[in-house]
Amino acid sequence: METQEDLEAGREVAEASLPTSLRGVQPKFETKGLKAGFGTNWVLKGIDLKIPPNRVTAVMGPSGCGKTTFVRCLNRLHELTPGATVEGEALLDGEDIYDRNADPVAVRRRIGMVFQKPNPFPTMSIYHNVVAGLTLNGERNKKKLDHAVEHSLRGAYLWDEVKDKLSNSGASLSGGQQQRLCIARALAVEPEVLLMDEPCSALDPTATAKIEELITQLKRDYTIIIVTHNLQQASRVSDYTAFFYLGKLIEFDETATLFENPKEELTERYITGKFG
Amino acid sequence: MTSIFTSGRRQSWRRIFDRIMKVLILLSVVIAIIPLFFVVADVVVQGLPAISLAFFTKNPPSPLAGYGGILNGIEGSLLMVGMGTLIAVPLGVGAGIYFSEWPESRLSFLSSFTNDVLAEFPTIVVGLFVYSLVVAPTRTFSAVAGAVALAIIMLPIIARTTEESLKIVPVTLREASMALGVPRWKTIFRVVISTGKSGLATGILLGIARATGETAPLVVTAGYLNFPPTGLFQQTASVPYIIYNFGTAGYPNWTTVAWGAALVLVAFMLILNLSVKFFIGRRSTGVRAEI
Repeated sequence: METQEDLEAGREVAEASLPTSLRGVQPKFETKGLKAGFGTNWVLKGIDLKIPPNRVTAVMGPSGCGKTTFVRCLNRLHELTPGATVEGEALLDGEDIYDRNADPVAVRRRIGMVFQKPNPFPTMSIYHNVVAGLTLNGERNKKKLDHAVEHSLRGAYLWDEVKDKLSNSGASLSGGQQQRLCIARALAVEPEVLLMDEPCSALDPTATAKIEELITQLKRDYTIIIVTHNLQQASRVSDYTAFFYLGKLIEFDETATLFENPKEELTERYITGKFG
Repeated sequence: MTSIFTSGRRQSWRRIFDRIMKVLILLSVVIAIIPLFFVVADVVVQGLPAISLAFFTKNPPSPLAGYGGILNGIEGSLLMVGMGTLIAVPLGVGAGIYFSEWPESRLSFLSSFTNDVLAEFPTIVVGLFVYSLVVAPTRTFSAVAGAVALAIIMLPIIARTTEESLKIVPVTLREASMALGVPRWKTIFRVVISTGKSGLATGILLGIARATGETAPLVVTAGYLNFPPTGLFQQTASVPYIIYNFGTAGYPNWTTVAWGAALVLVAFMLILNLSVKFFIGRRSTGVRAEI
């Protein structure tokens, strides 16, 4: 039987495995033994990770390592795919989003998501795309909507480019603008956490640079988790990096430490380009 | 090494073969169009003498007494196709949504299969089924019975096209909406249907076109009356029934009335099909946004 001391000791061990700068910090998100997959085929094989608030955490790893599945578990999007299964806990501010009484719709309102490919709603204008999360949930107050449109578009550094054509179709914008539109759309519902699943993989270098600059601005107000298989991008934008391999968390540390002085051999081989 | 210029025998034979295949394909297209052309031409030539304004405002004539009109059939058809559409659209669209959005459920699989069978069902059997369901208990042929039969015929068409047009809405749009904290039913109604609405409209128009031309089920459910309908539970005429009834009677003026009715029906179908093309065209050229 576990005694109080055992628990304390366990906690200390867990703390010791954390990057020094995170000891004692209340995590925004914490996963405990998070497993996910399809049927009994587990893509994620038990992830324990603490994600600090108001920081950019990169989730990096080769294709098929489960990094996308991981973020899709954090807003309960994974379970929408037929046959998907999830086990374990994911605590948002200490509350398990997979609790039996947790409402996935309420969870998703607190956690925004930006997808790999820009996916604005093709039937909606730029204006309506931005406030889609509000109007689809019943918000009708024109003043509030107008304010949300400007505020979110400014937040996504898109306002100056589109302010004169808000009634144009969202699909009429360039790829990079569409992705920033999708970021504005995610910001408009005022989430606490922003999940970004390889948000630049479909964009050219200029658009990528803009999004990366935006990410570093956004971390003042949001906890950001960004999936990337691009090492340079992880090192440019993130404060912390988690390295996934074959569904397992291999290493988690401050980005600078992980890149310059990795503890695990797998990590070192990956960042030096020996595989992946 | 072969030259890129045609000189050898092989290359010139290949060119000839290419030509022959092209001509054969063109020929098959022409042969396929010929019957259609003759049918339409025949309908126009034979039906045109009957057409005048009166053809749309008068009821059918007595034997050997001019051409009259087909007002009773037009009003009866509008009434029955209209009621049938009102019944079939909510049920068909609902079923289509279910097939598309919950494909993994067993009920969805079963009813989707049933829907396919229903779509291939002989329409006279549908008519006889409605005869026992509506006509026998109410003891009269009626517009209601006709509308129910037409609704059953339209239902699988609308359900299938709804399913197909919703299935092609990218899953990324559903996920974008769900990720904003929008409940699933709202995502379906406000995002998925809104994106696939031109396909839905196409399905409904195709269903209407199909129902408007149906004759057999109306013979055993709606019957015929020489006047426009005045109630829902009385015999009710329809345009296809007029073609069938007057075309086989043998009086020369009635025969012309039948041709005229056929021309009206063909013209209506043409308009419906052009509207379908219009809707599909709008879908492919991109969707306009409104603020």
